[in-house]
Amino acid sequence: MRHIISLLVENEAGALSRISGLFSARGYNIESLTVATTEDQTLSRMTIITTGSDRIIEQITKQLNKLIDVVKLQDFTEGNFIEREMMFVKVKADGESQRAEVKRLSDIFRARIIDVTDTTFCIELTGSGDKLDAYIRSMHENNIVEVVRSGSMGIMRGEKALTL
Amino acid sequence: MELSGSEIIIQFLKDEGVKHLFGYPGGAVLHIYDALQKQDDVEHILVRHEQGATHAADGYARATGKPGVCLVTSGPGATNAITGIATAYMDSVPLVVITGQVPSHVIGQDAFQEVDAVGVSRPCVKHNFLVKDLNKLAETLKKAFFVATTGRPGPVVVDIPKDITAPHIKIPYQYPEKVEIRSYNPNFKGHPRQIKRAVELLLSAKRPIIYTGGGIIMADASQELREFVRKLGYPITQTLMGLGAFPGTDSQFIGMLGMHGTYEANMAMHECDVLICIGARFDDRITGVTSKFCPYAQIIHIDIDPASISKTINADIPIVGGAKQVLIEMLKQIDMTELEVDKTALDAWWKTIKSWQAQDSFAYEQTKDLIQPQAAVEELYKVTKGDAYVTSDVGQHQMYAAQFYHFDEPRRWINSGGLGTMGFGLPAAMGVKLAFPDKDVACVTGEGSIQMCIQELSTCLQYDLPVKIINLNNRYLGMVRQWQEFFYEKRYSHVYMDSLPDFVKLTEAYGHVGIRVDHPDDLHDAMKEAFKLKDRTVFLDIITDQEANVYPMISAGKAHNEMDISPLQQKVQASLKAKGELV
Ligand SMILES: Cc1ncc(C[n+]2csc(CCOP(=O)(O)OP(=O)(O)O)c2C)c(N)n1
Ligand SMILES: [Mg+2]
Repeated sequence: MRHIISLLVENEAGALSRISGLFSARGYNIESLTVATTEDQTLSRMTIITTGSDRIIEQITKQLNKLIDVVKLQDFTEGNFIEREMMFVKVKADGESQRAEVKRLSDIFRARIIDVTDTTFCIELTGSGDKLDAYIRSMHENNIVEVVRSGSMGIMRGEKALTL
Repeated sequence: MELSGSEIIIQFLKDEGVKHLFGYPGGAVLHIYDALQKQDDVEHILVRHEQGATHAADGYARATGKPGVCLVTSGPGATNAITGIATAYMDSVPLVVITGQVPSHVIGQDAFQEVDAVGVSRPCVKHNFLVKDLNKLAETLKKAFFVATTGRPGPVVVDIPKDITAPHIKIPYQYPEKVEIRSYNPNFKGHPRQIKRAVELLLSAKRPIIYTGGGIIMADASQELREFVRKLGYPITQTLMGLGAFPGTDSQFIGMLGMHGTYEANMAMHECDVLICIGARFDDRITGVTSKFCPYAQIIHIDIDPASISKTINADIPIVGGAKQVLIEMLKQIDMTELEVDKTALDAWWKTIKSWQAQDSFAYEQTKDLIQPQAAVEELYKVTKGDAYVTSDVGQHQMYAAQFYHFDEPRRWINSGGLGTMGFGLPAAMGVKLAFPDKDVACVTGEGSIQMCIQELSTCLQYDLPVKIINLNNRYLGMVRQWQEFFYEKRYSHVYMDSLPDFVKLTEAYGHVGIRVDHPDDLHDAMKEAFKLKDRTVFLDIITDQEANVYPMISAGKAHNEMDISPLQQKVQASLKAKGELV
């Protein structure tokens, strides 16, 4: 099953490689990993999307917790949480009908066009992974120039929070 | 006190109570070696290979319970140390390894003797540090010792760039008495309700077994374990790493379990209804095929490392906590509860176990002209009165040592269980001898393994570390040969040790005593002689039966009750069967 694990990690040089190294050394899946510092400069917040049986997920959380650089960890999957991913898509857009079609689709998905040239559009879109997938599917494959996805990040709903 | 980085390292080690440092110099640690040279509080042991430094520190740590400390240079010094670091990691041994690094300003430029020591060691350390700021040096060293020695112990690498140790840059130094790491908080206590449930389950057992490992030794919980086992009257089996925690000669000890464990221990594992595991980790050499592991048992697992619990085998009652603290609590609860051991069931269980024991699964055929390897270990046991520290390498000889030397005390049996590192035995023995100069220290090895770190014979001479090398010389990489015999129809592929050196001459060249023995009649005298020479390192080269095998054996995909047993035991079983008495 797919799990979304959120971590507070020491903001130190080796922390990221310890975590990614753990996944590769133990053969765990990693779908995406995002990381950036928080309002507290000593801490980074990381979101890992992974898949595995209950037993594997239990091992993943235990092994992550064992790392000295991991300060706090929570598996959001069971709880009530929000997950979002951001994407840039650059598409070919030459000719009136093509430009109109891209615009129309982007409106439906509530995407924003953030850069325009005579021949291309660059579109920004935020949402669940599924929504981003759907947007890409809606484009003609031949029109896509490049896709940049951030990987998912998550946060608990309500008053619950992953803090120190 | 104003000190340079190098002086801080030395002063810190003194303040931390470190007496011995195993190391090898080089460019990146020259400043540190200069500071070392100016003092006598910390004794430096110059090994002959950095692998030797890590194994020696490891042996020292296992025998004393104190952390072992190493100092090596950057690049090849650090990479040579990796095997020893990985060895300590797999067996949870507290080590602090200081590696020199190229100066900060050239890190990342492929400088001479630069290797990313933090990166290279990362998968086989408990934690590691790169010191970037002289002002953090003492605190980082303290953190390293703190992490290495607490919780589930393990090796910690501290990588120190050369500029940090420069002699002319001095800063105030104060020994950091305590450090805190906000994300690191080992739990020793164990959950009281879980402990209560465990005690209830234990006392409801009809066919219980206690299975313990190296965690008991690391936690210094032997006394508590002994009390626990005796109070319950249950059978106990120990892993290769756990031997000695409970006395090997006690009647409640039914032998080591696992791949080369006793018939009775493995059968009892298979048939038990309640299994309590303390400080062991259900390693694949212990469980055999997991799908057939302990099919009738409810399992209690006590470990300080939560990640060890339910990793390979699911625990019905998991308890995260230190072996010592949890055992103390269990003893209390056993005294308090109204529940009692089911004596009738236990008697019947012991009767079954004794009938398995009677088959004597370690028995071997004595030969007139050939020394059997088992006999050599038995002789060692006799001559040292069971009171020696025994290190070993990896192979058949290691299994014979574990099977035939009955360790009555913890920290006496020192071997590389998890990583299975050939070359471990001799340097480890040096570390032990350094810690206990008045004790007999023997290294049981094979002609293959000993050659992996044989250069340390030179260190033995320089530092007057008279260890006894008991070489079970079968002219084969015996354990590999055994697998090729069993599973590859005797296609012996590159396991014959041709062109062996004359070990007697070799030892003499190193300034020690060499004795060669090839006849059973001479074994006793040779062994006696080796240990009589108290202040000499002796290499006892024992020419043994070439094709002896280690029995019993659980081979791949097999369960505990599907052991391959020795030809001798097969005969015993056949005659029991004929009489209708085979259980
Ligand atoms: C460094 C290393 N390389 C290879 C092995 C694989 N291996 C395990 S046992 C063994 C044979 C050891 O031979 P020897 O030391 O003569 O012991 P014997 O089995 O003959 O008693 C080998 C090669 C190992 N354990 N360690
Ligand atoms: Mg051999």
